[in-house]
Amino acid sequence: MAIFLRITRHLLTMIATVLIGTLVTGMLVRLAPGFDADAQQLDSRLGHESKQAIREQRMRNANIGHFCIAYLGAAAHGDFGESLTLNRPVRELIVERFPTTLRVAGLGLLGGWLLAAIFAFSAALLRRAAYDAVTVALSGALLCVPSAVMALLFVLFRAPAQFAIALIVFPRLFRYARNVLERSYAMPHIITARAKGLGPVRVLCRHVVPVSAAPLLALAGVSVSVALGAAVPVEALCSVPGIGQLAWQAALGRDLPLLVTLTILVTLVTLTANTISDLVIGSLPSSRA
Amino acid sequence: MRYLRIFAIALLAMITITSLGAGFVAPANYATQFREAPNAAPSSAHWLGTDQLGRDRFARILYGTRVSLLLAPAAALLSTLLAALIGGVAGFVGGAWQHMATVLIDLVLSLPWLFLLITVRALLPLNVSPLTSVIVTFLLLGMLGWAASARVMCASAAVVRNSDFVLQARATGIRGCRLAIVHVLPNLKPLLFAQFWISVPIFILAEANLGILGLGVAEPLPSWGSLLRELEDLAIYSGALWKVVPLVLLIVVVSSFELLLSRNEVGA
Repeated sequence: MAIFLRITRHLLTMIATVLIGTLVTGMLVRLAPGFDADAQQLDSRLGHESKQAIREQRMRNANIGHFCIAYLGAAAHGDFGESLTLNRPVRELIVERFPTTLRVAGLGLLGGWLLAAIFAFSAALLRRAAYDAVTVALSGALLCVPSAVMALLFVLFRAPAQFAIALIVFPRLFRYARNVLERSYAMPHIITARAKGLGPVRVLCRHVVPVSAAPLLALAGVSVSVALGAAVPVEALCSVPGIGQLAWQAALGRDLPLLVTLTILVTLVTLTANTISDLVIGSLPSSRA
Repeated sequence: MRYLRIFAIALLAMITITSLGAGFVAPANYATQFREAPNAAPSSAHWLGTDQLGRDRFARILYGTRVSLLLAPAAALLSTLLAALIGGVAGFVGGAWQHMATVLIDLVLSLPWLFLLITVRALLPLNVSPLTSVIVTFLLLGMLGWAASARVMCASAAVVRNSDFVLQARATGIRGCRLAIVHVLPNLKPLLFAQFWISVPIFILAEANLGILGLGVAEPLPSWGSLLRELEDLAIYSGALWKVVPLVLLIVVVSSFELLLSRNEVGA
């Protein structure tokens, strides 16, 4: 029953997000400078009736409520409108570019998690102040470098873009994972287990991991959003034809319909990741107890 | 660690004071072009050389530092105030308000903020003045970056609301604003400071990212973001190390803020 309630809550959040996103779309498109202007109005080949029809269409879209209903109705049929800069259907652009982002951001996320896990677990196992200081300094240094500069460095060294995402995601994951493990090690039952002479690997696997699993899984959901956010500068500067680059091009070209659809899409991906992590956390024995 | 923090404070103070005195220290205005010397190497006239348009790089770094160091804390202040207002008040009032605030915060947190930021930034007219662009950029950062802080504030305000001393204050007849200002707010103050210091480096980095992508502060006004755009040419001018100075300065400042942050986190 609890799992159904959770799924319902997440689905409601997704629906609310899409509705709010659509409302924001309407407001942004309506408020954007040049909304009332249309180059077709100056086309001498169009007759008076055609121009009047275009004007009426614009006026209908000026009503935010009408725009939202029309947008949602069209989106339900897979029609997200047409890109203003690329003159192509938004759906076509997303279908073409989304797999690239999934691959690049996915591999980057995997790399970031791998690095964070290696450093956080080794620091937890070794429990040496010097090693801890080095890993914290390394992650701190990486945190101070803007994502776009990291992407530029990868362009300079001609390294794959997914490694840049891995290095952007790593310090954020590492800091949190390290703190979670540190807190777990300070728990009374784990101190008792260590005092009784249990080996470090056994303490980690049998006692620390079950306690830390829930917050780390929650972090897994959030990390998807971090990776997708990092994809914008990395794809834009490393010339990777994904949705990050598309969003950047759309922002430079002030292509609001495309930008907002991309924002809603990325939000839905993030929410789905959070839902999955939340459901997995709910199914853990430690959270059921 | 204590000495490192003192060093970080001294470094930040020195950089801030120097950038505030840019008008006196800089050899030229940030927009002045030395057309006879574009892309010049460092010399006695131009300590860090000139950019492609012949503008003194040292002067631009000073003015850019001033822009970033003044406006990032302003944006952090705005986001912290919003967080206190939305999260803090909801946590203090509790009940349905807290639930509504939590839903709102979760919703805002689920939005990819960089996507949202470039969407809203793209709304600005093309002929926007540099001053407006810099204010709008940091205003957007402040208005979009409150959610994470609000969640922390909401949870902490709820803890304070349910604490024994607040219960005792209620029992003695203290209610509403007086309870919030006299008893709850002082207990949330360290947390507010911590959230403020956490936000400053985040906003500096966010502006830098936007600037490199060409969506930050409009030319000719410099900021760290627009100065870092020069790094795009690094592949061609790999020997021109003076072009890396803005990046080094940015890393030094953000690291210093990170060091200050640890102290404030402990304080919270």
